[in-house]
Amino acid sequence: MIAEAGLAALWLAAALAALQLLLMVLALRTQIEIGRPMRAVAVVQGMLTIIAFAMLLILFARSDMSVALVFENSNSAKPFIYKVAGAWGNHEGSMLLWVTILAASGAFLGLFSRRASERTLVAALGAQGALALGFYGFLLLASNPFARLVPAPADGRGLNPLLQDPGLAFHPPTLYLGYVGLSVAFSLAVGALLTGEVDSRLARAMRPWVLAAWVLLTVGITAGSYWAYYELGWGGYWFWDPVENASLMPWLAATALLHSINVLAARGALKAWTMMLAVIAFSMSMVGTFLVRSGILTSVHAFAIDPQRGTFLLALLGIYVGAAFVLFAVRGASLKEGAPFELVSRESGLVINNLILSVILGVVFVGTLYPLFVEAVSGEKMSVGAPYFNLVAGPLALLLALLVGAGPLLAWRRERRPVFKRLIIPALLGITALAITFLLAPSMGLLPRLGLLVAAFLAAASILPISGRNPLRAPLATWGMVVSHFGIAVALAGMAANAAFTKERLAIADPGERLSVGPWLVQLESVTPTAGKNWTGIEADLSASRGAGPITLRPQSRFFSDPPMETNEADIRTFWNGQLYSVLGKQDASGAWQLRLWWKPFVTLIWAGGGLIALGGLMALVGRLWRRRRRLAAPESEWRGAGYA
Amino acid sequence: MKPKNQRLVLVSAAIAALLVAALLAMWGLRNQASYFLTPADIAAGKAEEAKAMRLGGMVEAGSIKHLPDGVTIRFVLTDGKAQTRVVYRGIVPDLFREGSGAVAEGRLVDGIFVADTILAKHDERYMPPELGNLAAEHKAGKTLEQ
Repeated sequence: MIAEAGLAALWLAAALAALQLLLMVLALRTQIEIGRPMRAVAVVQGMLTIIAFAMLLILFARSDMSVALVFENSNSAKPFIYKVAGAWGNHEGSMLLWVTILAASGAFLGLFSRRASERTLVAALGAQGALALGFYGFLLLASNPFARLVPAPADGRGLNPLLQDPGLAFHPPTLYLGYVGLSVAFSLAVGALLTGEVDSRLARAMRPWVLAAWVLLTVGITAGSYWAYYELGWGGYWFWDPVENASLMPWLAATALLHSINVLAARGALKAWTMMLAVIAFSMSMVGTFLVRSGILTSVHAFAIDPQRGTFLLALLGIYVGAAFVLFAVRGASLKEGAPFELVSRESGLVINNLILSVILGVVFVGTLYPLFVEAVSGEKMSVGAPYFNLVAGPLALLLALLVGAGPLLAWRRERRPVFKRLIIPALLGITALAITFLLAPSMGLLPRLGLLVAAFLAAASILPISGRNPLRAPLATWGMVVSHFGIAVALAGMAANAAFTKERLAIADPGERLSVGPWLVQLESVTPTAGKNWTGIEADLSASRGAGPITLRPQSRFFSDPPMETNEADIRTFWNGQLYSVLGKQDASGAWQLRLWWKPFVTLIWAGGGLIALGGLMALVGRLWRRRRRLAAPESEWRGAGYA
Repeated sequence: MKPKNQRLVLVSAAIAALLVAALLAMWGLRNQASYFLTPADIAAGKAEEAKAMRLGGMVEAGSIKHLPDGVTIRFVLTDGKAQTRVVYRGIVPDLFREGSGAVAEGRLVDGIFVADTILAKHDERYMPPELGNLAAEHKAGKTLEQ
């Protein structure tokens, strides 16, 4: 009954999404006030999807093997948390989660949005309904998560052991929240283009959504990177895998949007540009979903073998993105131009930021899709990997980081003060860092060396916007910007240090043998059998010392039976100045063990930086929402014209 | 700047950015895209020595040899038509075993493929894209033999 209830809720929600679309057409064609019913429909639609998703969670929690999806992805012996996480650790479940978040954010928009005009909101909710309708169709026609299995098998097939990890259980929902948060920005942009009300009011309605989506994407990408680092046992934090690029591309677009939306909110300028970025940002979410969920990455041929899902998603992508671009082409040109600005101004700085981000997005997009394109056209197989992305995107990212230090110092409209003088101290710091690298590590590569230079410069420059004024009186949003920009410097320093100073040791050792890696001396004490709830394994006992008393590391190799698979569990110890990373390999004929050890100085700064970037976004979000409440409480005359970033 | 000029400048800047992205991407792809080859391609002389590339195939049964240093292995990748010898220094990924598919990243040195990386993915249903149909052909071949 539970599965049928979930399915019924989905059908009802689909009907309501269609109703939203109809209501929008009605509202745009007539002058009928339709706001209240529209909001109500959006709220009920959101509740229905939440019910459907809750039903799926219950099915997984109860290990109901009469449902095909549960059988395929769960097993009654699994730890409870992974039973629940199994609900979204698969194709159908994750698509249901996707549409649930989409509809729930529509409901949220319907409940709370008072910023955009009622007409624009109605149009936006209609667009949101149209989006949801396509995905309901996809679920109900091509990937029903509630399909029954007759007869019900005794037990399920299990969940991929590598996915049985707390990090990965919560990684997809975080990214999805980010992806789908961008759908609201998309819908608001479409709504505003339909009604012609593209103004700073709209930008302020959009901004919290973009901020929230961007924060979640940042958290998701950072967490995913750390997961890959400790779980795959390769010691790397970013592989330029198409699946990773699928999350990076929306993030790049959202970063550009976040900055241009500030121009629109504060100055009413960059109208068309901001609307286009809103469309592109969500298009990138859709491209990402298509890449990951269509199976096209597995093989272009697999896509041809099982064409229904891939074609369906590609059609949805084509319809939504195509329609949005047509709408943009028709309406975008007729938008009134906003407030003018001079060449040296905050606006110009943000335009340059946007252009560089767009170029990076372009090269990542081309690199990710080129192999698919080539294979589809010529059948030739090729792969584009880290060398391409590092070579092309790396220098652009460094240039951008350099400009991040200068941009926030500029005034809106036009800058006549000699602001760049303030950058002398950060520049000196950067040059000092460069000199130190030449002294201490003369053989360092060019990119890491430049990375450290830019990191030192940016770390100092990012603080300038709040230096020289009372830091307690600076708005929270300004603090957020400072923290985020400082986070970029921190992450950059971590990446450069990791590239330049990592020491690796790969060797074979008998128990009692010692190996050195960087400043560490590591002794293999023993290798013993071990077991967990649904796996057996072997565990190495390593003692590592660096002057002071030894610490213990226990890397494992695990064997799962459902499904049969081996995994490596690296053991990593964190110190203030780096991480010691150990992996246990195979045993050779003589009985000795393969060990892989890394000493990675300051590698944790990469994720600490990612965390700071996200924290800054969160501070800005809280600051905006809090200021808005104060503003709404105060008479309008008090705050009109006070809108700066 | 007059608003009209401003729009013109912005539009040209956007177009310039697009052009720069396209040119950069083309340049990068020409220099750095690694080609995916099979042992048959290498036997046919399609591989340039010392150029970065990916080699995909099935690990031939009985071909894995461990060298005395304990961390280097040699094995043979096959696509049913030809074989390529591969040497790799490191810990092989969990899914690497005889008779299953593998992708080696590296370069060809004196006819032997020196791998820097052996690829495995975090989903057992994920096959490196290039291997997808190779595995399918392999299976199909088996069924035909039966």
